Amino acid sequence: MSEMNNMSAFEIAESVNNQKVTATSVVEKSLAIAEALNSKLNAFLALDRDGALRAAARVDSIIASGGSPGRLAGVPIALKDNMCKVGLPTTCGSKILQGWIPPYDATVTKLLESEGAIIVGKTNLDEFAMGSSTENSAYGPTLNPVDLTRVPGGSSGGSASSVAAGIVPIALGSDTGGSIRQPASLCGVVGVKPTYGRVSRYGLVAFASSLDQIGPFSSTVMDSALTLEVIAGFDPKDSTSYEEQMGSLSAQKGLSIEGLRVGIVTEFVEGSDPEVVSALRDAADALASLGADVTEISIPETKLGLSAYYLIAPAEASSNLARFDGVRFGLRVEGSNIEETNVLTRTKGFGAEVKRRIMLGTYALSSGYYDAYYAKAQQVRTLIKSGFERAYQQVDVLISPVSPTTAFKLGEKSLDPLTMYLSDVCTIPSNLAGHPAMSMPYALDSEGLPIGVQILAPALREDLMFRLAFALEGSSRGAPSLDASIKEAINHG
Amino acid sequence: MANSETNQNDLAVRGESEFLPDGWELICGLEVHTELKTRTKLFCGCANVFGAQANTNVCPTCLGLPGSLPVLNEKALEIAAMIGLALSARVQASIFHRKNYFYPDMPKDFQISQYDIPLNADGHLMLPSGKRIGIERAHVEEDTGKITHLGGTSGRIHGAERALIDYNRSGVPLVEIVSRPDIASPEEAREYVSELRSTLVAIGASDGKMEEGSLRVDANVSVRPIGETPFRTRCEIKNLNSLRSLVRAITFEAHRQVAAYLAGEKVTQQTRHWDESVGRTVALRNKEEAEDYRYFPEPDLVPLRPSEEWIEGLRSQLGELPKERRARLVESLGLTETNDQIETAISVELYPFVRPALAAGLDPKITVARCANELASLAPLDDGFEISWFIELLKMEIEGKVSATQAKSILAEVAKNLIPPRVAQERLGLSQLTDDQLTKTINEAISQNPKEWERFRTGEAQLQGFFVGKIMKATSGKADGKAVVRILLALAEQR
Repeated sequence: MSEMNNMSAFEIAESVNNQKVTATSVVEKSLAIAEALNSKLNAFLALDRDGALRAAARVDSIIASGGSPGRLAGVPIALKDNMCKVGLPTTCGSKILQGWIPPYDATVTKLLESEGAIIVGKTNLDEFAMGSSTENSAYGPTLNPVDLTRVPGGSSGGSASSVAAGIVPIALGSDTGGSIRQPASLCGVVGVKPTYGRVSRYGLVAFASSLDQIGPFSSTVMDSALTLEVIAGFDPKDSTSYEEQMGSLSAQKGLSIEGLRVGIVTEFVEGSDPEVVSALRDAADALASLGADVTEISIPETKLGLSAYYLIAPAEASSNLARFDGVRFGLRVEGSNIEETNVLTRTKGFGAEVKRRIMLGTYALSSGYYDAYYAKAQQVRTLIKSGFERAYQQVDVLISPVSPTTAFKLGEKSLDPLTMYLSDVCTIPSNLAGHPAMSMPYALDSEGLPIGVQILAPALREDLMFRLAFALEGSSRGAPSLDASIKEAINHG
Repeated sequence: MANSETNQNDLAVRGESEFLPDGWELICGLEVHTELKTRTKLFCGCANVFGAQANTNVCPTCLGLPGSLPVLNEKALEIAAMIGLALSARVQASIFHRKNYFYPDMPKDFQISQYDIPLNADGHLMLPSGKRIGIERAHVEEDTGKITHLGGTSGRIHGAERALIDYNRSGVPLVEIVSRPDIASPEEAREYVSELRSTLVAIGASDGKMEEGSLRVDANVSVRPIGETPFRTRCEIKNLNSLRSLVRAITFEAHRQVAAYLAGEKVTQQTRHWDESVGRTVALRNKEEAEDYRYFPEPDLVPLRPSEEWIEGLRSQLGELPKERRARLVESLGLTETNDQIETAISVELYPFVRPALAAGLDPKITVARCANELASLAPLDDGFEISWFIELLKMEIEGKVSATQAKSILAEVAKNLIPPRVAQERLGLSQLTDDQLTKTINEAISQNPKEWERFRTGEAQLQGFFVGKIMKATSGKADGKAVVRILLALAEQR
């Protein structure tokens, strides 16, 4: 691996701003590695060589003329392919959007580019972000760069894989029930789901509007802090975005956690593999040794999370995905009348998991079933929120496993949706509560697979969450060794 | 939907149902959709204008592009709440819902609307006749795009070869005003829509143009034998594009239902289409085929919590509603109920002339008459026609400086050339003669008709007309009759 690709985003931006390297050379290298690895990983659905190099040249020319391109100057970044960038196709990993090129930028795209970041491409995902392995992509699965026989997790598998493989220092994902944190854990990188409303959703193709939230993947805690500082903030185009300013996250580095009250969520430990639990205990010990006050805490309401989630998320999805009807964009299978065109287009365009969730959601909202399913699930959501609130009266932050298991084999769970759904049992409650949570790579299992630790914080307290993450980073032994064929490809690249 | 108001109105119901066979009465409720007169659409910044080239006022949000989000137009919300206040409704905390159905004029395949918690609830509208029509709700929602079917024979959906969609209308703000089933005759339906329209126009909510679709009406119609308490099956009639259609469609539909019952048939709950060309309602779909809209709270928008200050601020902007204008004029004229002149004078075009004239203390009878007759006949008035000109001319007439006939000619000249009344008077050569000029003319008439003058002077009052006629003839009608009489009488005293 070259020096440059060991550089964090923070280091790249600093080097580019100080004219030690050019944005063009950084982006060239990133593209070269992406091109070398993508046939193996299938992490990218689109690479924008021309656009990225043009953007890099602009950054270099700003610097040459004495200007300052921003905090992410020259940093190559990948976007999950459910976020819009003008001129690049957005597929959502679905056949139904094949060929659609959005005429507008997502707010996150604009914010990143305004700080000098370079969008190099769009990453693979489970179709419409529905899945936990990236096997549900219509464009084939993404592989885990640590072990190519295993999944990278999902749904933001392409983003996690591309950061873990060192193609880009930062990628954005979206997290509806764990779609950033679980793949971060399975690939051994940092992954952050901010407070719901912290980052604008404008330009993120909706899966479940009340749960979706955009966040970063990175190798270092600092890079995620930096990225979130750039993309967070009120957006007049997103009514659900917060007006409250977020405090500095990067300033949390090096702050003491002495006396910080940390709770281990009992319910999330119960169903997890022993090696995952053991890694969590090690992390807890490390925090205690840094002066944190670590206790166990029970939030029984979280046990209801998975069931509530699989009513609310599909219900919203069934409505959000109605617009893919063959009339205005994407795939169109012509029928003899409009109803037939709708049905043929959707039958051909959507994959099995998406259809399953549309049907679940349609059923949950149907007249006569609404109260028993959707309304009840919303009540459970309120319960979970109050469960967390109770816990946060006793502790400042929570920790838990991210995923009950490490990366599983391709095909291992794809035939059994319920088993697959259980991958997100520890992450879903944060989405239901709207709280921030992140995955920190912390240890490796006996097979060398990454194990993440989840840090959860109250709404709008990303600062506390990052303080703990920075503290934990020092004792992390979670940096995995990449699959031999990936290392080889990088060295030849 | 049954409520006590309906029962209170039972007497009126019987009286109004004479258009139906003996013993039957109409039960009718109306759903009126009004497009709001905002600069931009309900959830995006696209222009809200009628008649632009197709698909030019569109953006990711109103096209429902993937990833787009709605943001509520505050002005639309203000207007919607003002509608509620004008209808004496409760303006309350509310939320938006999604109404899910597939149709290509609906770009997201769901409509953002309000469901169980509307912005405005429980209001009413008083009709000029004194009848009170309950308003169940007035909620905010977005309009759909507009589909044009091409080819085929009928221009209707069935048999069309192609459908073209214009999304300029997609996302235009609408308020749907749902009345209670208090309407007892087709004429009352017309009166309700007409008064509602005037109210919406008066508060600046809508331009009220039914022909441009900015006011759209659906009618829920059922009938029952007088004396029966429960409601019978109702049908919803769509495509009522004018007041004439409204009256004809309700009349037809009520008779159709009575005929069905009299023939021992049942009325099926249906949505029916009014076909103006043949004067019939035609079944569109039955209740069983009705869609399940799967309403649920719109997660992309936040709940609305209007504050008291906000509501009171809007109330203060309402201005005088048609019912208040009517009451003012009825009282000013010393009447007990409204009449055609008053109804004309309170219209949005004319009332701006009436109000300041009355405020200036001018005679209400002449003011209302000149507005409702002369001014109305000159409508539509040019924007350059100044209200102060009308007031000035009224004063001239009331003070006798011009005659009624002259005032009418001057008004027409003012409207035509947009000039002040005194200039118009000059141009028409209608300048008043001075007392000296008049006295001179009168003296000439006296010397030419000494016998008649002697008779008049010694008490034959009927000869006053003789002299006034002579003066008018001599001055080509320019003389003010009142001034002539005053001078005649003064001269008679002297001699």
